[in-house]
Amino acid sequence: MSTATGLSSPERPATTPTFQAPSTGRKIKNNLATFLVGLAFVIALVPLVWVLATVVVRGIGAILSSDWWGRSLSGVLPESYAGGVYHAIYGTLIQAALAAVIAVPIGILAAIYLVEYGRGRLAKTTSFMVDILAGVPSIVAALFIFAAFISILGAEQSAFMVSLALVLLMLPVVIRNTEEMLRLVPDELREAAYALGIPKWKTILRIVLPTALSGTVTGVMLALARVMGETAPVLVLVGYSQSINFDPFSGNMASLPLLMFSELSNPEPSGQFRIWGAALTLILIIMILQLGASVVSRFSAISK
Amino acid sequence: MAKRLDLKAVDIFYGDFHAVSDVNLSVSPRSVTSFIGPSGCGKSTVLRTLNRMHEEIPGARVDGEVLLDGEDIYARSADAVAVRRTIGMVFQRPNPFPTMSIRDNVVAGLKLQGVRDKKKLDEVAEASLRGANLWKEVKDRLDKPGGGLSGGQQQRLCIARAIAVQPDVLLMDEPCSALDPISTLAIEDLIGDLKKEYTIVIVTHNMQQAARVSDQTAFFNLEATGKPGKLVEIDDTEKIFSNPHEQATEDYISGRFG
Repeated sequence: MSTATGLSSPERPATTPTFQAPSTGRKIKNNLATFLVGLAFVIALVPLVWVLATVVVRGIGAILSSDWWGRSLSGVLPESYAGGVYHAIYGTLIQAALAAVIAVPIGILAAIYLVEYGRGRLAKTTSFMVDILAGVPSIVAALFIFAAFISILGAEQSAFMVSLALVLLMLPVVIRNTEEMLRLVPDELREAAYALGIPKWKTILRIVLPTALSGTVTGVMLALARVMGETAPVLVLVGYSQSINFDPFSGNMASLPLLMFSELSNPEPSGQFRIWGAALTLILIIMILQLGASVVSRFSAISK
Repeated sequence: MAKRLDLKAVDIFYGDFHAVSDVNLSVSPRSVTSFIGPSGCGKSTVLRTLNRMHEEIPGARVDGEVLLDGEDIYARSADAVAVRRTIGMVFQRPNPFPTMSIRDNVVAGLKLQGVRDKKKLDEVAEASLRGANLWKEVKDRLDKPGGGLSGGQQQRLCIARAIAVQPDVLLMDEPCSALDPISTLAIEDLIGDLKKEYTIVIVTHNMQQAARVSDQTAFFNLEATGKPGKLVEIDDTEKIFSNPHEQATEDYISGRFG
């Protein structure tokens, strides 16, 4: 055995090595591509960070003021910095919650139908309608509710009307997301359950849904977060109120987007102050929902 | 309570496609019957008609009679759910329920049929796991998820789950094809034990396995692609592997085709 090393050793004749360093051209291209990808990322990040930073900087004063979370604007003069927005927080939460109470069961049941039972015409039509509904702008949903419930049926403007419009916006998101989660459940699990003599409905309820649960809950929370910031329905379907109204079925009710919109017409600097504060509050609420969603998906029932 | 199975002039269709034609065979209680044959010849399809599992595929249809101790499982009055309760199945790939613990996986069938008695469920879980030769390996982690076991253990868990509902017949669709030789041996030993109490039908691609575990072997083949598969012959395993009646069987077994 030779102890010589390198290309000149007798076992390895001195030829060009098979493995060479990358050529200069390739290195340049690689660096250029890496640079461009990084640049695109930074550019995409700029508006996000900018918006967030602006909202935080301008809104932090408002949300840290002592009355912000516990008082309404009842009796507060436009130029005053006093008062808080708990009436609007309540409005946003109750409107979204009512929408969820209606949209989540319907959406999940519709998705179960599409995945587990739907064949043929009805399923195709439903699926097509869901796609159309997903593309409906929020102002159209709001005007539809206005036309159908307020103009034709004679209902009065109220927070519940807003919730109905939000249902229209939430439904396609919940259906599509649940549908995807259910389709991810392997057919082998369904077959395993059938082979044990478990009826189909019980298989769906006890095997398929629990397996898809975390994804479904995450989807619902994201859908909720999305509709909370919707402005068109609150502009069209409910009047603004400076004070708290606990009844979603009658009277005016504030919500965070509506409060921001109404403060826009306040010429005093305190108006700006409250707009940024409400914006930051809304972002915080949505962030909490998103965090909740990721916690749920982490502590899901499926453990590896 | 093992029962006998008889297939009489069974034809299987998927929509317009004639998948398997004219199968006649009998499986006696407390025996192992293996189905062998090239891919696509319809042996899994036949197996899945034995507990009406193929019905889950839209457009699937069966003509002829499948008799369990003389009772037609395709009779108008027969409920597919009840049929599957009586004729259990183990699948090619282990498929424990991912949301359930080992114990809950085993008793899933009983629990979802409405049995609540915790003591009884615990007893069944232990008996089934012992029956599947898995008790010693998992008895200290019954509350851990079934997905954490090895492939071979998962498959034995699935067998435990299938025998926990005390079926009369146990169908196995290539139960070892995803397993290593040691796990395969464990399952084969288990099949030998299980046949004392159950009627077993197993589909396998492994001819040594068919020769090792089964009392009776059925050879399926198809004449050409697009033609329906059919049962070429069924006989004692020893006979099939030493001196089969049909030339096609001998060719397949000796590796001349397929």
